[in-house]
Order: sequence, then C-alpha cells, then structure tokens
Amino acid sequence: MPSRRYRAVVVGASLGGFHALRTLFAALHGRFPWPVIAVLHTATEDVSDMAQLYAARTPLNVSEAPERVAPQAGNVYLAPGGMHLLIETDGRFAFSTEARVNFSRPSIDVLFDSAADVYRSGLIGVVLTGANDDGARGLSAIRSRGGLAIVQNPATAEAPSMPAAALDIAGADYVLDLEKLGPQLNRLAGLDA
Amino acid sequence: MSSLHPSDLQDIEVRLFVQAMQLRYGYDFSGYSPASFKRRVRGATEHFGLATISQLTERALHDETLLTQLIARLSVPVTEMFRNPEVFQQLREDVLPWLSSFPQFNIWQAGCASGEEVYSLAILLEEAGLYDRALIYATDFNEHALDRAREGIYAAREARLFSENYQRAGGSGSLSDYYVAGYDHIKLDARLKRNISFANHNLTADGVFCEAHLILCRNVLIYFSDSLKDRVLTLFRDSLARGGYLCLGNKESLILSTLADEFKPVSSGHAFYRLRSTNAV
Repeated sequence: MPSRRYRAVVVGASLGGFHALRTLFAALHGRFPWPVIAVLHTATEDVSDMAQLYAARTPLNVSEAPERVAPQAGNVYLAPGGMHLLIETDGRFAFSTEARVNFSRPSIDVLFDSAADVYRSGLIGVVLTGANDDGARGLSAIRSRGGLAIVQNPATAEAPSMPAAALDIAGADYVLDLEKLGPQLNRLAGLDA
Repeated sequence: MSSLHPSDLQDIEVRLFVQAMQLRYGYDFSGYSPASFKRRVRGATEHFGLATISQLTERALHDETLLTQLIARLSVPVTEMFRNPEVFQQLREDVLPWLSSFPQFNIWQAGCASGEEVYSLAILLEEAGLYDRALIYATDFNEHALDRAREGIYAAREARLFSENYQRAGGSGSLSDYYVAGYDHIKLDARLKRNISFANHNLTADGVFCEAHLILCRNVLIYFSDSLKDRVLTLFRDSLARGGYLCLGNKESLILSTLADEFKPVSSGHAFYRLRSTNAV
C-alpha cells in the first residue's frame, strides 16, 4: 500500500544534476503514485529536449511543467528554463520571471517553498548534487510543515555543496547514495518490487 | 488554540495588506496569483527593513511617500533588450509585413517595465523602414520603472547580452549604433523615443485607450488569476484592430482561457495570436 500521507515529490538538482535526475527517474516504478516535480539549474531555455532524454529511461511521462495545469500522478515535470516554477495555492503550476534566487532561475527554494505551503505534510523533498546552497531553505520549509526530506549523500554526489548545505540547514530523514534514492521513493509508495 | 505555521499567518497578513492597498490607494492586487505575490510582499517587507507583513501594511497606510517604491517592489520589472530573440525574428518576418500595409499603425506594449523591450521594438521598426509610421504606447503601472524607461539608460554590463540578443534577432547593424556608452552605463539614442508615448496604465483597473494593430504583453499574465487574466484578454480583444496581433510570453498559453476562441494562434511556439473577427478568417 502506498503511504496515503504523501501527495507529491519535489526534486532539486544543480551541477551534475542531469545524470543524477536521469538515474533517479529511471529507478521509479511505472505505477509511481505521485507527481514528481523537478528543478534543474541549467542554461537551457528549452527543456523539452532534456525531457525526451529522461523519458527514454523511465516508464513515467516526462514533460515541461505547463502553466496553470495541476500536476498528475505518474508524471515527471521539469521547471521551464529561465523561469521560477511554483505550486499555486490552488495546486496548479505557476511561473514567475522574478529576480534570480541563489543566483538561480528556476530556483529550488522557490519551488520547495510554494509546494510546502500547498502539500504541507504530504510533500517529499529531495536535494541532489550541486555546487551551491539552493534547496536548503526550501527543504527546511518542507520539514517545518511535517514533510519528508531526502538528501543525496554528499560524499557520493558529483558536487557535494548543495546536499551538504541542505543537511546543515534543514537536516534530512534519509541520506542516501544516488542509486538508492529511487528505490526508497518506490518503497515509500508501497512499490517494493 | 492550535498554533499556526508562520507561512499560514503570512497568508492572513497578505490578505490584509491587499485590502489596505485597495482601500487606501485604489490599487487592486486581489487578482494576483497568490504564491508569487506573497513572495514579493515578503521581499518588500525585507527591503524596507520591517519584521512582519503587518508592519508593511501599517507603513503603507500611514506613509504615502512609500507608495511608488512599494509598487516598484510588488511588480516584476525583469526584462532585457531583444529578450527571446526568436520572438523578434518572428515579429520581423510575420508581423511587420502586415503592419507595413497600413499608412499608420499603433503598437501597445503593455507592462513595458524599464523599457528595454520597447526600444528593441523601435530599433526593429527603424531597420524595417517602418518606424515613422508607428505610434508606440508603452505602459506600466510601476511609475518607478516608467521613469527608467523614459530615460533609456541601462547598465553597461548588460550591453553584451543585449548585443548578442540583437544579433540573434537578425539585427542588420550593430546595437552600438543605437547607444552611447559612458560611466558604466549605456544611453539609448533619444531619436528612438520620437514615436514612443510612455504612460501609466494599470491592467487590473484601466480600460481601452487606443486601437492597436499589435499588442505585446509578455510574461505579465503569468502573475494573474484566471479571472483577471480573462479581464485583461478582454481588454486586449477590445483594443485590437481586426486581424491585429497579440504577442504573449513564450510559456504563456490561452488554451485554458475563456477568451481562447477569440484569438487564433499564428504558429506554435512563440505565443503569437491574431484576433479573429466575425467578418474575416
């Protein structure tokens, strides 16, 4: 049985994040019961090519998050390039071109913060490899709402600063090597096989 | 009493702030998308060195000299010259030929912010030999940004990005032909302003003021609720000449709008639409 407590997963990745996200998405079960919403810091404005590369390795649908659409179970959504992605209070995707946060747009903190307000204790936040500290405050917000925090083991991350900052500032419920992250999410979803 | 999460408390404070701005100054932010608006109210609170949004509300109520700065903080004046160059490329290839069929035409740039885009538009028209037939209305509700737009002075460190964008948009000369550089700034040629009319216009409250052949409103509607977005699209519909063009942000879509049937997508990708009319197309 999937835990009924959770309703969505948000993921943040920066330097080394393309490989990390591809590994994570590839490990997710085809019946994964929650939407997965990811921010990757990238210079690319158009993430649809990247979505195809991910889609080739995972049973889930992968697409750029569409404005004003509510995230659906079994789908992986990527933040558009050059814009912040937020979860609106009505549960739908919203964009913003406001100033960079932590030198980044899209910013992981912005997504995590807004998602924490909406999903509250029903949110799982995952911080992966990166060379900055984006995501740390957002993960704190998730934890302060009673959500679950998972951080990639900095010792095995391609760039350790971002997961290390997340652990410093927010702490985590699980600290795992990259290969174990997907299986752990499947287990939380009650999908052991 | 159950304890309230600080962020939930801020939601209450934001609602009170919105009410105060409406009652005190007539600025209506109630149709703004709450998630990003809350971020900006928090940002303004920090900017003014205040501890809570409620303190910001109090300051706003009692200190009207704060208003211009406060509006500047609540709006999102992020823009650049020839931003998304492919949009300007498409303007040049698809829209300018149609505009050139008129002896005179009007363009409305709604939400012009600090003006980088309206000068880009002037350059585009100049290079197509059409500028002297154009009247461009550049509007925003942020008076601070409008002042910057009127000046046309930007940080020199941005010039390189602007130039790259200009080249990628298919510019026929060099962007430096249009500005003088000095003191870490670039100042755009005053001649570019000759047919631009800068004006304060608030999309949430103000009405139609011209008949436009082209309306550009990029990355503004993303901050509005569905109903406010539809209100503004109605305003655009009522402002557009028959067959006129509407240009929205690259990621904005009319698909979910009740006004969707009134605009015909020109092509997929760059958010160009044409007003349908009962008599044509």
